[in-house]
Amino acid sequence: MELILPDMGLLIWTSIVFVLLLFILTKFIWKPILSSVNEREKNISDSLALAEKTKAEMKELQAQNESLLKEARAERDKIVKEAHELAAKMVDDAKTNAKSESAKIIASAHQAIEMEKAAAMSELKSHVAALSIEIAEKIVKTELSSDDKQKALASKLAEDINLN
Amino acid sequence: MVIKSTVKSITLAFMFLLCLTPLWANETHGESSENHEKKEFNVNEMIMHHIKDAHEWHLWGPDHGGTSIYLPIILIDGGLKTFSSSHFYHGEHKSAVDHKTHEEVSYVAGVGPATGYAMYHEKIYKLENGGLSFEDGHVHGAVKPFDMSITKNVVSLFVGAILILLIMGSVARFYKKNGAVAPKGIAKFLEPIVVMVRDNIAKENIDHHKYHKFVPYLLTIFFFIFINNLLGMIPFFPGGANLTGNITVTMVLAIFTLLITVFSGNKNYWKHIFATPGVPVALLPIMIPIEVVGILTKPFALMIRLFANMSAGHIIILALISIIFINQNAAWGALSVPMALFISVLELLVAFLQAFLFALLSALFIGAAVEEAHH
Amino acid sequence: MYGSIAAIGAGLAVLGAGLGIGRIGGSAMDAIARQPEASGKITTTMIIAAALIEGVALFGVVVGMLGGAK
Repeated sequence: MELILPDMGLLIWTSIVFVLLLFILTKFIWKPILSSVNEREKNISDSLALAEKTKAEMKELQAQNESLLKEARAERDKIVKEAHELAAKMVDDAKTNAKSESAKIIASAHQAIEMEKAAAMSELKSHVAALSIEIAEKIVKTELSSDDKQKALASKLAEDINLN
Repeated sequence: MVIKSTVKSITLAFMFLLCLTPLWANETHGESSENHEKKEFNVNEMIMHHIKDAHEWHLWGPDHGGTSIYLPIILIDGGLKTFSSSHFYHGEHKSAVDHKTHEEVSYVAGVGPATGYAMYHEKIYKLENGGLSFEDGHVHGAVKPFDMSITKNVVSLFVGAILILLIMGSVARFYKKNGAVAPKGIAKFLEPIVVMVRDNIAKENIDHHKYHKFVPYLLTIFFFIFINNLLGMIPFFPGGANLTGNITVTMVLAIFTLLITVFSGNKNYWKHIFATPGVPVALLPIMIPIEVVGILTKPFALMIRLFANMSAGHIIILALISIIFINQNAAWGALSVPMALFISVLELLVAFLQAFLFALLSALFIGAAVEEAHH
Repeated sequence: MYGSIAAIGAGLAVLGAGLGIGRIGGSAMDAIARQPEASGKITTTMIIAAALIEGVALFGVVVGMLGGAK
């Protein structure tokens, strides 16, 4: 029966020791331990959150980079295309210019030639006219050298006029 | 490899010795059988002697005449009286005749400063007319002075408390010095246990916003029981006292849980006790006493559980070791030592489990007391 | 001989507790097999239930001890 009867002396000692232990442990030992553990856990969870955030940011940045790259590529393609077009146009322009120039030159050459030709012709005509007049003078001179001949010519001319 | 072979050879040598001992033991038994028969080995008495509290700490040697530490006796009997318990253990052996059973009962009367007091079964009585009278195995009529002695259990209590302070102090120092870093050394070993008490015991069973307040108490009670349970497992001097298997100690712990439960109980808790929702008013006169008794039975069960578990563990180990002494033959050690070893290992688990359970059930009761109404 | 009756009583108490705790353990195993993800919670609940049964059995053991120790 003694076994399950509490002993007052031990009860008092146990109470004293337990209360002291509870007080000292709570005040000086559990507090720093728990606060350190909590702080560390907070640190860890914060770091994990930060890592997660950084990862997301990285992903976003990468996506951004990619889109930038894509844009740049498109831009480059556009520029190259434009340059090509410009070059082709320039070549075309040059070609057409050259063609028109040459056509022009040819045309002016033709014109010059025509003009020269015309000039030559007119000169020739005047020459021919002069020559003809000279010849005609000479002929006339010969024709009209005697009365007979003048009369014969006149009659002949008159004949021609009648005929007309 | 070297260790393995060493272990192997030690095991072999041990087994060889075990085979030889019967011969040797029988021989000595034969020689001095008359001596042995004179003093019969009383298992019951031996076990109870180890389980109960004492005013001395017996180290080795025979019960009387061996080496002991005599602990101070403090009596409050018309003033404070302090003296060594050796004045009892080396006191005057007296005997009296039981009035009912008519058997002779022996007790010790103190000498020197202990004069006027007698000790019977580790209890101190005031002598009346120079002697004690017995009735049915109990002291009859004698006054018991208030005994505040530093008994074996009190010393064990101090040792356990100092041990907890030292161990936990070193952990706390580590964190104070290094801040919130990954633990090293003893802190690395103890931190998971602290976190387990906080998370698995406190957080699981107590409301999330309120559990912080109770974590220090639960940690203290867990480590107090755990360290003292383990200390009780050590068979020699600083350990071996059956502290957590003492009903007084478990009663104090249970009372603390009861007080914390009662004083932190909120309106909702008391409403469930004195006006249980959904119970007809006519039934309340029956329900209220049941609920009030229920407040007390919970810590009562805590008290009995720890006491009975630890005492039973000590009793089983001692009983198994006693097999050798009952048979007066060392060969029985081949049977009793492995069995005692097995139970000892089991007791290590029980030491942890009982500390865990005490803290867990305390948390459960506190959690029920601070729970907010949610219906 | 006075210890023997108490020992029988303690044995009976242990028998009941053994049956009870066995049932709890078996049911908990069933539950864990069904829902392995809830094993932590089931284990805690199981330990609490086992402790409550054990408490009752220990009353028997204590009474047995009283009979034995006198």
